[in-house]
Amino acid sequence: MDLQTLFALLAVLLVLVSALLMLVLDNMIGAVAASGVVSLGVAVLFVLLHAPDVAMTEAVVGAGLSGVVLALGLRRLGLWRLDAGATRQSAAGDEPDA
Amino acid sequence: MRNIASLLFTAGLAFLLLVIAAQLGFGEPPMRIGGDILSQAPAEVGATNIVTAVLLGYRGIDTLGELSILFAAATATGLVLVRGRKDCEHHAEEPPGGFILRTGADLLFPLLLVVGFYIIVHGHLTPGGGFQGGVILAAAFFVLVLARPGKDGSGGMSHTAIAVVEGLAGAGFIALGLWSLWDNGDFLKPMLGHGVMGELLSAGTLPLLSLAVGLKVGAELAGLMTQLAEQPATAQHPHQHPHPHSEDGGS
Repeated sequence: MDLQTLFALLAVLLVLVSALLMLVLDNMIGAVAASGVVSLGVAVLFVLLHAPDVAMTEAVVGAGLSGVVLALGLRRLGLWRLDAGATRQSAAGDEPDA
Repeated sequence: MRNIASLLFTAGLAFLLLVIAAQLGFGEPPMRIGGDILSQAPAEVGATNIVTAVLLGYRGIDTLGELSILFAAATATGLVLVRGRKDCEHHAEEPPGGFILRTGADLLFPLLLVVGFYIIVHGHLTPGGGFQGGVILAAAFFVLVLARPGKDGSGGMSHTAIAVVEGLAGAGFIALGLWSLWDNGDFLKPMLGHGVMGELLSAGTLPLLSLAVGLKVGAELAGLMTQLAEQPATAQHPHQHPHPHSEDGGS
């Protein structure tokens, strides 16, 4: 197995694991961070496929911009909690407003 | 019931995609234009980055369409977010970002600016271009807003200045297209000769178009994020939670 395949496998593994984490994490901030990691892994894959333009866009938009927008959205909705239990409680409390 | 419906929908979508994929010849591109562009673009446009040559040269009007889509999306989001801002009677003071965030922001801001402008003006030479560089510029300004939110959370960013930059950049892109239309009858055709390939000032109007795209995207996204970061109208929901901004310091 050459080095490139190894890197690609690692990136795919990273993407899959963080995509799963995004689904199962109770902590909303953690889920947003995991979505950024998914984009970073995909950007690595794009680099390995010789598409640096697309990789740059993916890293900048997927890992940077959308993470910031999602985090700001969390803050606006009052879901910005660092511990999972409080997130759940506050989510239930905020439901009528949403 | 809903689960079954979404399962059916997913299965249908997968079936459609599989049918489409089965009809495509594997390893055979359905269109041959890519090879032609690859072989002709360097001599025709004079850009070493073929992607930018396609985006701003061969498909310039598509980029204009993309810009207008982005503009419409940012405007619509702004409309939704600004609604209710007037009802907000008191602005709770946003806590400042803390020492590490402020120092890091001061350190990062010029670097991010340089990287963003580098990617924009080298769009015709190296990977990247107006869009990627523009997003980095927006991120640079947003780092400042995060570190010093100020009174209303906008960090002293002026919406008027953002709108002026955005409008001028968009108008500049269209003006370059109209100039080309007036000069040789083709909208958005690269002009001003090719120059020496690989130099910063080469590929005719492509760097100018790239700069216009970068400034427009950067201003649009910076405005969007500033609007998102500004204080929401808390007066309407007094029972949301007692300390709405007490835990935002780490953001």
